[in-house]
Amino acid sequence: MSRITELTCIRCPIGCQITVTQDDDGKVTEIKGNSCPRGYEYAGSEVTNPVRTVTSTVHVEGGVLPVTSVKTKGDIPKGRIFDCMQAINAASVKAPAAIGDVVIRDVCGLGVDVIVTRAVAKA
Amino acid sequence: MNADKKAKIVIIGGGPAGLSAAAAANEAGAAAGDILILERDNVLGGILNQCIHNGFGLHTFKEELTGPEYAARFVSTVQERGIPYLLNTIVVDISVDGDGSKVVSAMNRTDGFFTVRADAVILAMGCRERPRGALNIPGYRPAGIYTAGTAQRFVNIEGRMPGHEVVILGSGDIGLIMARRMTLEGAKVKVVAELMPYSGGLKRNIVQCLDDFGIPLKLSHTVTDIRGRERVEAVTIAEVGPDRKPVPGTEETYTCDTLLLSCGLIPENELSSQLGVELSRVTSGPVVNESLETSVPGVFACGNVLHVHDLVDYVSEEAANAGRNAAGYVEGNGSEGKPEEDGTPVQVIAKDGVRYTVPSSIRIGRMNDLQLIRFRVGAVYRDASIAIDFNDTVVRTQKKRILAPGEMEQVILKKEDLQKFEGLKTITIRVDTSEAKKQ
Ligand SMILES: Cc1cc2nc3c(=O)[nH]c(=O)nc-3n(C[C@H](O)[C@H](O)[C@H](O)COP(=O)(O)OP(=O)(O)OC[C@H]3O[C@@H](n4cnc5c(N)ncnc54)[C@H](O)[C@@H]3O)c2cc1C
Ligand code: SF4
Repeated sequence: MSRITELTCIRCPIGCQITVTQDDDGKVTEIKGNSCPRGYEYAGSEVTNPVRTVTSTVHVEGGVLPVTSVKTKGDIPKGRIFDCMQAINAASVKAPAAIGDVVIRDVCGLGVDVIVTRAVAKA
Repeated sequence: MNADKKAKIVIIGGGPAGLSAAAAANEAGAAAGDILILERDNVLGGILNQCIHNGFGLHTFKEELTGPEYAARFVSTVQERGIPYLLNTIVVDISVDGDGSKVVSAMNRTDGFFTVRADAVILAMGCRERPRGALNIPGYRPAGIYTAGTAQRFVNIEGRMPGHEVVILGSGDIGLIMARRMTLEGAKVKVVAELMPYSGGLKRNIVQCLDDFGIPLKLSHTVTDIRGRERVEAVTIAEVGPDRKPVPGTEETYTCDTLLLSCGLIPENELSSQLGVELSRVTSGPVVNESLETSVPGVFACGNVLHVHDLVDYVSEEAANAGRNAAGYVEGNGSEGKPEEDGTPVQVIAKDGVRYTVPSSIRIGRMNDLQLIRFRVGAVYRDASIAIDFNDTVVRTQKKRILAPGEMEQVILKKEDLQKFEGLKTITIRVDTSEAKKQ
């Protein structure tokens, strides 16, 4: 028996409806409904190993803003979102900070850095 | 009237729309020094500065950016091109002088009150959230009730949490985004209640912001009671019937210290209406032609001030168009050029489930080879089609697996098709459900 999963692609805000068919061993046999290769890739991994980008804020020392925004530079496993948030909440950056500055290297050993997404000047 | 400053193109608002319009006008030939952006906030970038989540720019930059990163790219383009802008400057009035030039009145701390004379004006003021007053929730007005956008600003810009136990009314995108954001910061989001039988938010936000965290979305529900005098203590929600009135006996009470309202956005058009720009009753934004020009010649509109967008990529694209057209207008091929060559404008009509179209008229002589028509539908349709009629003739139908009010739709018209069609007066865009019914 094959298993069919209906999902909404979240790789971009268009949100294509994608249908994934898997065989008994969980192997993906068909992916339909995506409008671009990113959707194909997303659907395949969402049924086997779901991942997300985490975005949040960290405190800034000596900046014109109290906090600045950060993101994981790549996706992390969905199940590790809260571990990652814990690490982010314990971190801070010193002003000035530029977009792309690394706040946490290899967050939670996931092989992904947390980086600044909004520049902050020194106060 | 004497004006203090002069510019060929004045852009009101320095959000993604204003920035993209400025860059495109410059690229299309308007000198950087002839353009002026007026922004009331202390930074450029508009609402994007507080939208720290990712998902922006996939269509423009082919990579997924956060709001601040997306804004930063447009800010650098404007700065690199040397396009002047004034921050902390609020525009209070726009008027048209006898010679057709526009006088923009603005205020800031350094210059006080001043005026700028311009040949063309681009409206890019964005939108604001529907205020809670419009919601008619009975009971006291305790602390702890915020619009979702205000909460977003607190958390993402000021770094403080508005509360820890949250109920959200309305499933607009900002509410969904804030459900996730507050959950990540340790708050408990108990429920999202939506009055309508469908969500006004993007599907991806429902998946990513609610489903991922097991936050229930209750469609056809509304808030019927708010408890607490000083601070919100509990919120009662109830199911609503087809008449959108609460059904007795369906009430459920949630203890919480915060109620977020995410009940939609309205284009910010006080300036436009003072100027006499014709506004659409559906979108509350200006009625525009193919050039995104409003009913006042030389005044263009783009971005959320024109109609509420959910995709910033579309905002940038639309605004670039407005910028190019404004550049063309000041170069002297403006609308008072040779109207006879443009022919009578073809009216674009929204019908049968299509709520509005942008633009709402097309001068064939002025349209590009391809003309984008953007629109929204008023309900959820499955396996329906979008039909396009030229006068009374169906010229195209396009199957759609799903159409929803939360998603902006588009069709592209070819200039040659419009030119070939003898006596074209109206183009109708409508939802055709005949196929859907057959299934
Ligand atoms: C909460 C939220 C979440 C979103 N999420 C996404 C997403 O995930 N992906 C995506 O692609 N898009 C998203 N969008 C959409 C996108 O951010 C907006 O469509 C876009 O920012 C609109 O750009 P704008 O320039 O028209 O308006 P704004 O960004 O609102 O900019 C308007 C600017 O005009 C200024 N202004 C207004 N009036 C005056 C005046 N009188 N004088 C001077 N200046 C004035 C304002 O200060 C502001 O800076 C989101 C929008 C919101 C609100
Ligand atoms: S399949 Fe492609 S176009 Fe469709 S939602 Fe996914 S990323 Fe966007």
